[in-house]
Amino acid sequence: MSLNSPHAPAPDPRQLFEQMLLIRAYEDAIVTGSAAGSIPGTCTSVGQEAAAVGVVNALGADDLILTNHRSAGHLLARGADPGRLLAEVMGRRDGYCQGRSGSLHISARELGVVLTSTIVGAELSMATGVALSQTMLGRPGIVACFFGDGAACEGSFHESLNLAALWHLPVLYVCENNQWQAYVHRREAMSRERVSDWAAAYGIPAVTVDGNDVDAVLEAARHAAAQVRQSGQPYLLETWTYRTRGHLEPDDQAYVDAAEREYWRARDPIATCRERLIAAGRLTAAEAATIEDKVASRIDTARRFAEASPFPPIPTAAELARGVYA
Amino acid sequence: MPTLTLYDAVGAALAEEMRRDDRVLAFGEGIATKRRELVEEFGPRRVRNTPLAEGIIAGTAVGAAGTGLRPVIDLLFAPFLCYAMDELVNSAGKLRYMSGGQFQFPLVTLVMTGSGWGVGAQHNHNLEAWFVHSPGLKVVMPATPADAKGLLKAAIRDDNPVLCFLDIGLLYQPGEVPEGDHLVPLGQAATLRDGRDVTLVSYGKTVGHCLQAADALAAQGIAAEVIDLRSLKPLDNAAILASVSRTGRLVVVHEANRLCGVGAEIAAMVAEHAFERLKAPIVRLGGPDAPVAASFPLEQATVPQPEAIAAAAATLCRG
Repeated sequence: MSLNSPHAPAPDPRQLFEQMLLIRAYEDAIVTGSAAGSIPGTCTSVGQEAAAVGVVNALGADDLILTNHRSAGHLLARGADPGRLLAEVMGRRDGYCQGRSGSLHISARELGVVLTSTIVGAELSMATGVALSQTMLGRPGIVACFFGDGAACEGSFHESLNLAALWHLPVLYVCENNQWQAYVHRREAMSRERVSDWAAAYGIPAVTVDGNDVDAVLEAARHAAAQVRQSGQPYLLETWTYRTRGHLEPDDQAYVDAAEREYWRARDPIATCRERLIAAGRLTAAEAATIEDKVASRIDTARRFAEASPFPPIPTAAELARGVYA
Repeated sequence: MPTLTLYDAVGAALAEEMRRDDRVLAFGEGIATKRRELVEEFGPRRVRNTPLAEGIIAGTAVGAAGTGLRPVIDLLFAPFLCYAMDELVNSAGKLRYMSGGQFQFPLVTLVMTGSGWGVGAQHNHNLEAWFVHSPGLKVVMPATPADAKGLLKAAIRDDNPVLCFLDIGLLYQPGEVPEGDHLVPLGQAATLRDGRDVTLVSYGKTVGHCLQAADALAAQGIAAEVIDLRSLKPLDNAAILASVSRTGRLVVVHEANRLCGVGAEIAAMVAEHAFERLKAPIVRLGGPDAPVAASFPLEQATVPQPEAIAAAAATLCRG
């Protein structure tokens, strides 16, 4: 049996390129807004676009996603409206969570992006439960849980993998190893080089893939998702990538080794993708420019939408707690 | 009416709700071992043992509740909640509001709490006030087997996360429990005894102590009203205020330490809303700001006893 997922037809590589550009442009707009003081501090995923786009494009419509504080890539690759995302980040009424989430915990049930948490590792603790629902309620989708190398050092990572293996839960664990855990380099925090090494302890198949190569991520993720679907068992995919910007905007990154940053900047996933597509004759420079213009225009529209969206009305003191309870 | 222990009343509530609703499932630290009859009736998919890992038990319940199931989890002893704080406080309590109402979290957490078994402070710590202080959570603590059944059934049907604290000292005490669909709505206190002179408000084990104190007070000609809160959040402010408005005197009693405890909230609430009806200062009786010792007499000394409650109430009435 082929391990390619029947749920997700292989996307046009130019679409992957466009999605990565959209994520970059969206986060660039956030960085600019943050520097100007119009947007609160946010955590970006600049440099990690290939990991998000490759994995999300390997998922089917029934699959559910749990994500974390660096979620813009996952949401946009899943088809989120950048205007509503930006409105949420700016605390406006038309945001995905009515301005109550801000940038850090955006979830969008309509897109299957459920239960985002910014407590590092919390998404791992909840993923088992979402997968339990899928199996107990007989739903077809698998559960993709995005986390970083920082979360892999939390107890919840180990507890989650253990329980998912024990209970045969269909979780695709996606560790975006971006080398940094807030302000701590992973080498200071991890006893092993790779997070995928840890999965073996729980009998979970795992692979580490070049997270800056969108084609490699897509292929590995399609294989991984198909494995989870077929076996009903968890699988861990580690994307080896890099957080190009700081932990939380603004961040001068004075603590980052210059050589390390240059090494990864030379491996920018979007530039790599563009060069490859052009070399393969699948994209001309003019077409690339057209796509870039289209993306810039979408972000411009998104910004105008978000800025035009009003702040939520200020409730009375008694109404402030509205929506806490079901 | 059959007589059950509080422990068995919990089992009856679980069985009835699992029978009623396929989405209800139970997992936790030994629940499939200790409640074998549930496994036999509902199968090992719906009644599961877990690793001794409170974070993943609670997190799994949050994820399951957010996507369509109605889990009940058993974490054994209340202090183990410390390992599950993030999942219950930051996720279960907050993600409905933070997501703009996209999700709800119908999950129930069972834990044992309080003195009675001499198990020491890492197994005996009444920390219900922590969760009352956390938005998005509800908290119940039954004092009788009937209320344990009725509150747990209502908690399982509630669309919000509910913590159910089971008093260890009451766990194997028998009581009459109504058969069938006996529900105790969350947020409704029970007035167990009427009286015009002083109001005794309590929950859990010390409700019985208040009833004993009321007997002793009656012998002195003092009529004490006894209120069992049953739910700590939502709190039945109306029942407390109505009673204090009649009696003009209030003694709040709980086993948890007094500092920033539930009694402090009740005292403040009454002072805000019924100050002019008070004939005497409010008295709070609670445990010390100290871990609980294992030695049985030392452990019991941290619990307000009937004599102390009666003495405090009598002083108020004579003052």
